[in-house]
Amino acid sequence: MNFLIVFILIPLLMLFALFATRNRKQVLAVMVTGSSALVLASIYLTVRYILLRNSGVAETMLFTSSYTWFEPLNIGFSLGVDAVSVTMLALSAIIVFTGTFVSWKIKPLTKEFFIWFCLLSLGVFGFFITTDLFTLFMFYEIALIPMYLLIGIWGSGRREYSAMKLTLMLMGAASLLIVGILGIYFSTGAVSMNLLDLKEIDIPLNLQLLFFTLTFVGFGVLGALFPFHTWSPDGHAAAPTAVSMLHAGVLMKLGGYGCFRVSIGLMPEATEILAPVFIVLTAIGVIYGALSAIHQTDLKYINAYSSVSHCNLVLFAILMLTRTAMTGAVLQMISHGLMTALFFALIGMIYERTHTRMITEMGGLMKVIPFLGVSFVIAGLASLGLPGLSGFAAEMTIFVGAFENADLFRRVLTIVAVSSIVVTAVYILRMVGKFLFGPMQNRKHLASIDAVWYEKLAVVILIAGIAYIGMFPLGLSNLISDSLAVIIK
Amino acid sequence: MEYTLLILLLPMLSFVGIGLLGRKLSHRAAGISGTLVLTAVTLLSYLTAFDYFTTQKVNGVWQAIQPYNTTWLNVGERLHIDLGILLDPISVMMLVVISTVSLMVHIYSLGYMKGEKGFQRYYSFLSLFTFSMMGLVLATNIFQMYIFWELVGVSSYLLIGFYYTKPEAVAASKKAFIVTRFADLFFLIGILVLSYFTQTFDFEAIMGGDGSILSSALGTTFLGASALTWAMALVFIGAAGKSAMFPLHVWLPDAMEGPTPVSALIHAATMVVAGVFLVARLFPIYIGFTPEVLQGIAYVGAFTALFAAIIAVVQTDIKRVLAFSTISQIGFMMVALGVSTSMKLTPEDHGGLGYMASMFHLFTHAMFKSLLFLGAGSVILAVNSNDMKDMGGLRKHLPITHVTFLVACLAIAGIPPLSGFVSKDEIVTAAYQFSTGMGIWMTVTAGFTAFYMFRLYFRIFWGKEYRGEVKPKESPRSMTYPLIFLALITLVGGFIPFGQFVTADGAPYTIRLNSTVAIISVVVALVGIGLATLLYRKEEKRASWLPSRSSGLYKAAYNRFYIDDAYLFVTKKIIFNNISRPLAWFDRHVIDGAMNGLAWITNRASDAIKGFQSGSLQWYAWVFLLGTLLITLFAILL
Repeated sequence: MNFLIVFILIPLLMLFALFATRNRKQVLAVMVTGSSALVLASIYLTVRYILLRNSGVAETMLFTSSYTWFEPLNIGFSLGVDAVSVTMLALSAIIVFTGTFVSWKIKPLTKEFFIWFCLLSLGVFGFFITTDLFTLFMFYEIALIPMYLLIGIWGSGRREYSAMKLTLMLMGAASLLIVGILGIYFSTGAVSMNLLDLKEIDIPLNLQLLFFTLTFVGFGVLGALFPFHTWSPDGHAAAPTAVSMLHAGVLMKLGGYGCFRVSIGLMPEATEILAPVFIVLTAIGVIYGALSAIHQTDLKYINAYSSVSHCNLVLFAILMLTRTAMTGAVLQMISHGLMTALFFALIGMIYERTHTRMITEMGGLMKVIPFLGVSFVIAGLASLGLPGLSGFAAEMTIFVGAFENADLFRRVLTIVAVSSIVVTAVYILRMVGKFLFGPMQNRKHLASIDAVWYEKLAVVILIAGIAYIGMFPLGLSNLISDSLAVIIK
Repeated sequence: MEYTLLILLLPMLSFVGIGLLGRKLSHRAAGISGTLVLTAVTLLSYLTAFDYFTTQKVNGVWQAIQPYNTTWLNVGERLHIDLGILLDPISVMMLVVISTVSLMVHIYSLGYMKGEKGFQRYYSFLSLFTFSMMGLVLATNIFQMYIFWELVGVSSYLLIGFYYTKPEAVAASKKAFIVTRFADLFFLIGILVLSYFTQTFDFEAIMGGDGSILSSALGTTFLGASALTWAMALVFIGAAGKSAMFPLHVWLPDAMEGPTPVSALIHAATMVVAGVFLVARLFPIYIGFTPEVLQGIAYVGAFTALFAAIIAVVQTDIKRVLAFSTISQIGFMMVALGVSTSMKLTPEDHGGLGYMASMFHLFTHAMFKSLLFLGAGSVILAVNSNDMKDMGGLRKHLPITHVTFLVACLAIAGIPPLSGFVSKDEIVTAAYQFSTGMGIWMTVTAGFTAFYMFRLYFRIFWGKEYRGEVKPKESPRSMTYPLIFLALITLVGGFIPFGQFVTADGAPYTIRLNSTVAIISVVVALVGIGLATLLYRKEEKRASWLPSRSSGLYKAAYNRFYIDDAYLFVTKKIIFNNISRPLAWFDRHVIDGAMNGLAWITNRASDAIKGFQSGSLQWYAWVFLLGTLLITLFAILL
């Protein structure tokens, strides 16, 4: 049996186990066991992957196998991973694990919450292990639907509006995607849906142009491609903490990953032609997201716009079509995943204590909740690209890689994207300065208690990841870069 | 010399250790352990300097060596970012400067910060800063320098904002970080441009050899200047930001909100001269390939030097006076680099005199300026105020502070044979070689320096009797000993045969004073001091020919020529209110509005057609019949 199946089996087993649980304790026991198993599985996979690569296995994908599902349409279930998917799986496992601890006290309907949460992660894991267009799309949909309920039921603020908006916009994108995917399938002669097979078949250029646009926008919406990003601030602001973490940390990466695997992977000629259009859009998105974040007062909105900026940088880097920039894009996906999960986790924890997310209504919290405060500053510093934390290694790889393109157009837009490092510093320091530093705003906040053990656990794991990648990026970067070598020169 | 790695690792460990233990550590334990680690680092630095300067001369020229270098990150086929240690005369000199001042500040802070909340945090940040600064000067490649450049920036941010409940401190730390980050953006773009052509970040690879690696960048032009010129100018903007050159100097005076020992270490002696160090590090490129940029550096430095000196004359906060003085003195160092015309420094060819003078001044300035700041801290602690009007007549109450402060004032004013005289005199000589105008400009600036320093000195220690309620006390020994130590270095520093160790091309040189320039300088300094004595030694009396306090010039200088207000206008009024706010609105109402509009149209459309599904059987029957007829008609017609 293919080891990768484990990544769908565990969430499935968790789902069944959750149905059988009777109280909160049992629910948490299932979640902790299951998510720990996922983390262990992803560690095992990473180690096995590295060992295999070191022993000289040179195929594009490892752990491949293929099962047929519906012969007439060549719908199969093909599995396979390369370094990009391995790291994405590890990221997802970490976020599911920490998300569980962050939701330790979720109410009401604890059991139902975790059932939908599990289904969501099932979709995510399935998405990253599959190499088949149809199942890719299917898992994408599986990941989307629980979002509606998770935000609509357990969310806060304008949750129904936000849940509806997020679901409709992403569904709209999915409809573009399915057209694109079917188009690719039929224009390649309807012989296979497997990405590895499709790669070998040339698609006529005029069709490529159409399908590239459809799939890139389709996936791009999930990756917060400007100007289709507006679901993100509302959605993230309304979603419960763990869902924000999983959504911004992992789900948005589905977008970048899909663009990379499907749009660029299958249609290189169209990419060459259409890239400039999307480079302009993503460069605008990088700076636009950052500038919009300056003016927000809600912590979740700040972070959501920050995510728009960082995720547009991922798409920007992918479109640069150099191996270095793409390596940087993957690093940025991992880095942003950890960072934004940490941000949302901390914002949730702070909200539980202060009952507000408005930075204008808080102040001087560092004194009261130093653990959360310091962690927040670390997250902020990672976000503004401080060396020694993950954001720096990722961004610098992207910038150097983007600069490998000698034409003035890409150079100028790279400089536009680079200038976001200043704007990011502005909104991060403004936010931190307003609500953590300065004098106390609300005397009621004085009674807040600092993080408790399950919160600390989640925060420490995320910070450790950020710091490790930030200080020792070489191994990870080489792993990704080597794996990309077969895709792009 | 692999042990040099410890110079980096020890402060790092101390940062992590003290930082993680935090409040579990007592104040005493944190302070002592931090100081002990720094003592070890200092000894190692001295050992390195001794080792280096006794062994690394080949054919009469100091060699650059790399005891350690490892790849940190690969960025592309050939480009890789390394972390390592590069030892050459300037990095070894910087090791000595940083470790000495940092150790003095560590010891001094044991007394100055005693009982402060967050004492452990303070020592952990000091270690972080020392680590970052060491990494910056020891960098083997320009990207390593950028990495540590950012890290010193953040340590500075954390330390300026040490009193984080004070809104001014928070604002100042934010301003410092953002202004320097803005400059760093240009630095980064400069690195990107440079490395694209050189395909390496490594200093030795770029500057060693015959320079052929740089000629491709010279051939490519953009908007009338070569790519290399652009790159080097952009890199200099980064340097100007860190070193507070006009117009990027605005953050430094505000940075004085941090604890005073921090100002001494970071904002006087070490971090702010990083820009000078960067230009010195890349000096062979500047002088060999982009002399026009180097000239620009000279003019920026010269303007900043006089500009800041004029502002310093009217400030009343003693730390602000010293801050503007620092800006002015760094201007001197930049001028010295900028006026150099060749790498050589021999009795026949004085083209490289400026480089040597700049580095010498960096060294002496670090000592006497940190002494001035630490002395100011001692005064501030005694009278509990930063403002001159709360001082006066303190010489009797603070005898040690007074004498050491006087030594530093004499040094910076340029009185022989103190250290500041020698180094500044070399700079002025180099300026006269460049052009007479530049020489006169710098001489005038030196006169201003003597005047504002002695204005400061007299208003603190002389003038009216001290009138505060509590009698000021001399600071504890943990604070006075560092003062005495730094004063001793300031006294004898001028006799160090600096040219034997540090020159642009590594060949030793014996400093000889140019007697004409020396005499002019001393006379100008004496005039400045004399004027200050006349005005401020006794109870302050204002001569009628001085501009009055209400005059435009005085007000303009007091308000730092409104540069800060201009920045505030641009950032707050233009960027925040006129870009960010409309953009946020645009996002909510136009882009999102389009999405909501789409939803609204869908809603309306479904509203409009939902009448078809009325449930009325007769209506369905009619439609059915009509449809059948239509289809039949169609079939017949075709």
